[in-house]
Order: sequence, then structure tokens, then C-alpha cells
Amino acid sequence: MRLIFTTLLALVLATFVGLGATWMTATRGTNFGTLKIGAWTARPKTGTADVDPYSRASIARSGDLPIGQGDGVAFLATTDDRRKPLDGRCDVVVSGVTPAARFWTLSLYDQKGHLVANSLQRYGFTSQEIIRGADGTFEVRIASRSRAGNWLPTGGIERYGLMLRLYDTPVGVATRTPRDAPMPSIATVGCP
Amino acid sequence: MIRLLFTIIAGVLLGGVVHLVSVLALPRIASQDAYSRLTPITKLNAVTALPLADPGNTLMPFMDPAFATAICRYDLSGGPIKLAVPVTQSYTSVSFYTRSDVAYYAINDRSAGRKVIELDLMTEAQHADLPEDEDVTAADRLIIDSPSTTGLIVLKALAAEPGLMPQAQAALAASSCQLQTEPPAKQVGPAAKR
Repeated sequence: MRLIFTTLLALVLATFVGLGATWMTATRGTNFGTLKIGAWTARPKTGTADVDPYSRASIARSGDLPIGQGDGVAFLATTDDRRKPLDGRCDVVVSGVTPAARFWTLSLYDQKGHLVANSLQRYGFTSQEIIRGADGTFEVRIASRSRAGNWLPTGGIERYGLMLRLYDTPVGVATRTPRDAPMPSIATVGCP
Repeated sequence: MIRLLFTIIAGVLLGGVVHLVSVLALPRIASQDAYSRLTPITKLNAVTALPLADPGNTLMPFMDPAFATAICRYDLSGGPIKLAVPVTQSYTSVSFYTRSDVAYYAINDRSAGRKVIELDLMTEAQHADLPEDEDVTAADRLIIDSPSTTGLIVLKALAAEPGLMPQAQAALAASSCQLQTEPPAKQVGPAAKR
């Protein structure tokens, strides 16, 4: 009787530990092959044939199609440079320069990866339509209410993520340091 | 007491095995992966334009709103596939995914270096079966080996400004993805021209 009980306990424990760990890694992702620059993270390897099993599991679960390496690379930021989560009710400024790329796009998503509705129907910027300063740098203001210049509306949602995609770029699997890929800074400048 | 400790250790070790097996099995058993989501709305071996990314479109997460996207869901069991995508003035790319959503190849308009991105997609076995001389005449055509018989080709065209979206969509609408009808001999016939 005791043997059956302990065996059952071990099996139940194994199920919880095993599936729990799988759920955690598939939902939150792991740090294998992650390129971190400032608040931005990218997994260039997910766009190649030698993608790691954890990334494959999380791709299968989310229904995402990772951007292929010959196409470009995608950087996601969910916090500002000071590790404060991006809040749609605050004013956030993304400024600076981007790594070398023929085109880039900056888009705003909710936590599920969907675009956020707004009356302007502005969901992001491309490198062509953004207004730049004389020195080639740009500044995007992300806020719930209208701002001058490059304004990206948040729709007032609490948490969001920014995705910067570089297309036709040398940034990828071989990139290691911020010097190879100077990413724009993200700063929360004011909360109501 | 020792017995309980032993049970817990055994449970955790076994849990590690369960974890590894389930991570490896997840891509195979997932029913909500990109391929499964796209299957009901796309045609086989033909180009289907996807609706534009907007807040109401929850087809796939993290779609780029600046791009027009089209899908060619392929099955190579009937023979190799010919793909032709006219490029737009800004940026056009073609990415290849296996049935389990692994991006095994991607090319953009500049690396293709022409007005039209032209590719032949075939399995490794079909590539090996190609006659030698045909390989030479087809030297200017890019041949891609697909690791799986089925998969997805994603065609993307950038609209650098919102006003250029119709142009990007038109370029994708003019692209073709179809089964290669029997080698050269038959291609002269009107049936193969379409």
C-alpha cells in the first residue's frame, strides 16, 4: 500500500514539475542565444534552421512566424532603460539612432502581440516616414494623448511592448556588443 | 522520512524527463501554431493575400503593420514549385518555413538582385533527381531545398508610407506560386502557359 502511494506521489510530482517547467519556458522564453542591448532583446537564431528547442516550443505555442535571418531581425522591449515596465498612461521617449539597416519599423503591441486600436490608425513608424533632427537622430514620443512630432498613441493600455524590426541588416547571429548595433534609448519621462 | 525524501527526488528527476520530452513534443502537437492558423484561410500551392495587420486582426501575434503579406502554403509531393514575386520600389522579401514553423531560408529583393524574385522550391530528393544539363541551363534560377514536404512561403512587401500600401499589395497580387508542370518539353504547350 505504501509503495503504491509513494509511486503515485512521485508520478504526480513529476507531472507538475515537468509540465510546469515546460509551460514556464514556452510562455516566458529562455535566454538561449538572446542578444540584449539596453532594454531591447532579440533572438536572431530563431530565424535560422538551427533554432533551439525552447524557442521552437514557444513559437509553436504563440502562433508567431519568426522573422527569417535573410530578411531581418526583430528586437522587443517591454521595459525602459531603467527596467521600469512600459506603461501606456505615461509619456515614453524612444530616441537616438538605429543599427545599419536598409529599412526599419517600430511598432507598438499589447501583451498578446496584437496592435492597439487608436483613432489615428497609427500603429508604428517606418524609417522613411519618421521625422528626424538635423543630425539624423530621431525621437518618438509614445503617449496616450496627442504629442507634437513623432507621436505613437498607446490607447492608454497599461502594459505594452515595442518592437523594432531591422530589414536587410548586418545585425544578426554574429552580433554581440552594443557597438555593432547602437539601439535607441527608451526613457519614461512623465506619468500622470 | 528517508522514503519521502527519496520519493521527492525521484519525482523531480522524472519531472525533468517529462519537461524535456514535452518541450520537444510541443511543436508537433501544437494546434494553434502559425501553420495551423493559416491552413483554413490559404489555398494550397497558390498565393493568398493576408488581411492587413490591424487591431481587429488576431490571426498571428506580432504582425508588422507596415507590410502587405501573402502566403503560399506548399506541398511538394506533386513536384517542385516555381515562385515569382515582383519587387516593389522599397523592400520585398520572401521567407520559407517548414511545417513546424522553422524559418529555414529568407531572401530579400537586394540579394535577389532583379526586378522579380524567382525561385524554384523542391525537396532534396527532387533536387538530386534534376538532370545535370538542366542544372546548367537553370543556373540563373535560384534553387531552394525544402527540408519538409509541406510548409509555408511568406511574401512580404513594405509600404514605407501608408499611402504606398496599395502598391505593395498589388505587387504581391501579381506574384505567382505554382507546381512546376512537367520539365521543359511540356512547357511549350498552351496548357502549361496559363
